[in-house]
Amino acid sequence: MSRLGTPFLDRNEHHPLEDYLRMDRIPHIWCPTCGLGTALNCMLHAIKKSGIPRQNIAVVSGIGCSGRAAGYVNLDSFHTTHGRAIPFATGLKLANPKLKVVLFSGDGDLIAIGGNHLIHAARRNIDLTVIGINNFNYAMTGGQFGPTTPEKARMTTAPYGSFEHPFNVPFLVDSCGATYVARWTALHVRHLTNSILEALHHKGFSFIEVISPCSTVYARRNRLGDGLDLLKYYHENSEIRNGINTRKCDITFQGRLIVGKFVDKEKPTYSDTMTKSLSEALGDRYVPYQGPMQGKNGD
Amino acid sequence: MKYWRKPLDTDRVKPPHGEVHIVIDRCKGCGFCITYCPRQVLEVSTHFNRKGYHPPTVVHPEACVNCGLCETICPDFAIWSTPVEEPEKQQKVTSEK
Amino acid sequence: MKSNTPAVLTGAHYWDGDFACAEGAIAVGCRFFAGYPITPSTEVAERIALRFPLIGGVFVQMEDELGSMAAILGAAWAGTKSMTVTSGPGFSLMQENIGLGAMTETPCIVVNVQRGGPSTGLPTLTGQQDMMQARWGSHGDYEIIALSPSSPQECFDLTITCFNLSEKYRVPVLLMMDECVGHMTEKVVVPALGKIKVQHRRWYRGAKEKYRPYVPAKDGVPPMVKTGDDYRFHITGLTHDQRGYPVINPACQKQCVGRLVRKIKDNADKIIILKEEETEDADVIVVSYGISYRVATKAIADARKKGVKVGSLRLITVWPFPEKRIVELAKKTKCLVMPEINQGQVYLALERCAKGMCKTKLVPHYGGWVHDPNDILKAIIEGAR
Repeated sequence: MSRLGTPFLDRNEHHPLEDYLRMDRIPHIWCPTCGLGTALNCMLHAIKKSGIPRQNIAVVSGIGCSGRAAGYVNLDSFHTTHGRAIPFATGLKLANPKLKVVLFSGDGDLIAIGGNHLIHAARRNIDLTVIGINNFNYAMTGGQFGPTTPEKARMTTAPYGSFEHPFNVPFLVDSCGATYVARWTALHVRHLTNSILEALHHKGFSFIEVISPCSTVYARRNRLGDGLDLLKYYHENSEIRNGINTRKCDITFQGRLIVGKFVDKEKPTYSDTMTKSLSEALGDRYVPYQGPMQGKNGD
Repeated sequence: MKYWRKPLDTDRVKPPHGEVHIVIDRCKGCGFCITYCPRQVLEVSTHFNRKGYHPPTVVHPEACVNCGLCETICPDFAIWSTPVEEPEKQQKVTSEK
Repeated sequence: MKSNTPAVLTGAHYWDGDFACAEGAIAVGCRFFAGYPITPSTEVAERIALRFPLIGGVFVQMEDELGSMAAILGAAWAGTKSMTVTSGPGFSLMQENIGLGAMTETPCIVVNVQRGGPSTGLPTLTGQQDMMQARWGSHGDYEIIALSPSSPQECFDLTITCFNLSEKYRVPVLLMMDECVGHMTEKVVVPALGKIKVQHRRWYRGAKEKYRPYVPAKDGVPPMVKTGDDYRFHITGLTHDQRGYPVINPACQKQCVGRLVRKIKDNADKIIILKEEETEDADVIVVSYGISYRVATKAIADARKKGVKVGSLRLITVWPFPEKRIVELAKKTKCLVMPEINQGQVYLALERCAKGMCKTKLVPHYGGWVHDPNDILKAIIEGAR
């Protein structure tokens, strides 16, 4: 026991996720009481539990605070350009269908600048697991309002309060054809981990929205305290409504938060329909994609 | 442990016990683990870590049931718990209560 | 293979440049294509969509060019040769991810069948107005390779060369076609499979635990691995060290970007392909590329009939610019004449290299059609004075 009354870390002891993290890059850059670390923690726990061989998992992220996640995971990982995580992942997945491609990116990246790719990936039902962190603002650039900022929230580019109608993200991806849709907050760590685990085993486009506290800009600008205060807000205002019509999942400023697993359905994926349709059209002449070039021994 | 109605199998099922591990200097003092530990095992320490944050400290080590919530909610990978096998004798004492 | 259709269609064909480009890509082993329809490049995508299911490739029509470019980078890291095709406006949209390709050293090729611009400009008519965008289109310092074909046969051959250069130097390579070449139909001879030179990916062959994504080989180019082989590598568009980890400071920037620039500059002699005709004792040398070369040929022939000693230097590789050769030629000739279907883009590089050692003359054109050979002839005659 140390003078703090807490056992100091035994040098031979390691965090259970150390194998999944680039420990030479920890601590991460995220602010105190930010929820991104928690969401990443849940993702890695889910990956660990999934039993999917680690070399078959690739993590892709875009730009922004959450975009940094790719740099912390000890997996094949890609930190791409702003908004283009989904198409990058699309190329990666289609060119190596054996991979389980997991995206970890933010609301600005996935829903604003990358919105077009999001809706089309959902429409195609391409087999990707998207963890979309929604902290209601562009945090990396200092707290500007974005497409998920609740009305009336004050941000640097909405100093008198945002007056845009925000996206209801689960409804957006559901209506575009996503086959697994869930929303949790950074407080619902067990539900979130389970949802990510389910999504990893789900075949098709999965989207998990994670409402996550941004202490330094969103909470501070709106005088909501810090991230812990936001967790308390989630605690008091979240309502678990599994299977609810996603139309009813709108978010208002400091209002009620509908969370839960909303959609979990089977539908042929992009690769399924491609193979089926080309086989039907071409018969024996169809040559399915043989996978990537071989590594070490030439191709 | 407090019960609203005492379960019938308390003599057979014993709650697991865990030991909390904290990497003090990795902590950014968010307080998530302290606030949401279901067994109130942790408290804010009065000391500063190297970064200047107050890390959590274990105040009720006996209460930890190794649920792992602190491990999952920690944004900084700074805290986790490991299972502790209790000696046989102690087990009996627990079940006699 | 169940298929009756071979990947390499050995023999003589009557193809347009767009088809020839698609066939060149297939022949060299490209098996991933992502694109978005845009005139006058669409025929490449159409040909690929028709052919890929017969030879085992993945064709995906993306929602836009931003996505297309990102997708081919992803596919390249999955370990597949990948390409996209576009024209002016789409090329603009691809620029940010071309930069990511340069920064992350991702082999892939981008074909731009140029049309007149700016903006929507002349969708169905020719131009060579994206040449500077090819060089400097993405933000930041980087070196790029860009080739320019003058015939459907070259669309086939140079697509193969582009892939080979891209694999060798780990950089996105641009094939700068133009509408005339893309839509020109001519004889294209496809060699036998064994006769096609293929540069394989430079796979890393060392110990798995020692792999660092950006430790260069002797020529400055790092070997590569692919996703899913348990190397657990990290790739970022941020300035990074040899581990691929972001390091945001001037020293790392110098090292990281420095190598991106040097690996092309130091190997420029190996990359640059030129075609010279009668430049040895020429008074005037016409420097041209793409369709303008073919128009210049007529002007050169006419000038020779008038007794002017004219040579021709064709830039098959436009970027990196053949600085050394231009300097040499500028020292011994009176004038370098450059016809371009733009208001002087590659000409700027020419003028810079000539350094006033000889006259330089631009023969500009606003686009929509090729030069009148007489305009080039006039410049040749003026230059010879």
